Amino acid sequence: MHRRNLSIKLTDIVNENPPKRKVVIAVTALNAVDSPGPGVAVIRAIRECKDFEVRIIGLAYETLEPGIYMHDMVDKTYQIPYPSAGTDALFARILHINNTEHIDVLIPNFDAELFNFIRISEELGKLGIHTFLPTQREFEARDKINLFNFGKKHDLLMPADRVVYQISEISKAAEKFGFPLVVKGKFYDAVICNTIDQAEKAFYKLQAKWGLPVIIQEFISGTEVNIAALGDGRGNSVSIIPMRKLYITEKGKAWAGITIDDQLLIDQANKFIRATKWRGGCELEIMLTSDRKPYIMEVNPRFPAWIYLTASAGQNQPASLVKLALGQEVAPFKKFDVGKVFIRYSWDLIIDISEFHKISGSGEL
Amino acid sequence: MMKLKKNIATSEAGLIFNPGTGDSFSVNNIGAEILLFLRENKSQNEIIGYISSKYDVDRIQIEKDMDDFMSQLTDYNLLE
Repeated sequence: MHRRNLSIKLTDIVNENPPKRKVVIAVTALNAVDSPGPGVAVIRAIRECKDFEVRIIGLAYETLEPGIYMHDMVDKTYQIPYPSAGTDALFARILHINNTEHIDVLIPNFDAELFNFIRISEELGKLGIHTFLPTQREFEARDKINLFNFGKKHDLLMPADRVVYQISEISKAAEKFGFPLVVKGKFYDAVICNTIDQAEKAFYKLQAKWGLPVIIQEFISGTEVNIAALGDGRGNSVSIIPMRKLYITEKGKAWAGITIDDQLLIDQANKFIRATKWRGGCELEIMLTSDRKPYIMEVNPRFPAWIYLTASAGQNQPASLVKLALGQEVAPFKKFDVGKVFIRYSWDLIIDISEFHKISGSGEL
Repeated sequence: MMKLKKNIATSEAGLIFNPGTGDSFSVNNIGAEILLFLRENKSQNEIIGYISSKYDVDRIQIEKDMDDFMSQLTDYNLLE
């Protein structure tokens, strides 16, 4: 007689509502100040993703970085040593934090710290801490000092420049570029100059502030557009969102901006990601001339402070970076909402002095 | 015949949004009506005819204003 087999294998039982994996993510740049770091925006976007639950570990340099005290955003914050302390000090501190927190993914968001994090990324990987960063070679190649050659190598439109170490070299550069021209500091700041006198003054000022060399750059006039992009490290763009600044602060930062749909800009960003096999987030600062030439003025090797707009527009770049860092496949996004506007605002966060004492005294909160 | 670019968004309230540049504009009631006609691919003559039948304005004045309006739309890169 045929007997029915009623037994079931436990492996056949599928829980249709498996608990979401709690991912521990460490994020830097919690300085949500007037010229903000991207950290809080990165966290906000990640928290909005429904695919995972997270515990957010803030990594702060200063005790007054507002993100430290945003307890609905950051679960726990640890101070870390300044980049100038070097990679050994940074690694030792992360190791100490990891013993308690068991970090899955670490997202550094400051230009100045990236060099160190890229250098220790392999060691972090051995601890189970995943990063998703550009290679050291690509990171250095897109540096301001190398930008023009970088563009030439990859057939990308970039303004001509001359790297100068002495004031006497400015007149040669001025002959070549004419006026106005742009004098740029090694790390930060740019001054538009209309005469040799102005250029020389700017040279001294920027040399004193940021050191040598100083960069003299061809002036390009046009419409300023920024692009937030995420590359998978194999030449594919997972996401590209162009944003036009609607309101600019004295420091040239966007205080309001809008997503726009311009295929020329998207193609340019695609070309950049493909040529460099960019791994991770980046921001391209583009000047679109009146005859529609998209000059890449700068490449920032991390997410911009306005990155939350990408999540609002339907392409959550920070959450996608977390997935990529964890080794998951992420299909490139195909569409986004055009005409999404962000308007930044200031907010006075009130905290008790005891919180400030705690982070100042113990380096943790 | 002048046509509005396909991707240009317009509203009945007279707002224009260019998704390619992020530019926004606003026009008055008659401008909003003209935009609707342009959207329906009506010719400039048809639009002028409609306005002169609806409003008590000299046709030559309407033609002049219409030319000005169209050249502004052209300058702002809103026409094909």
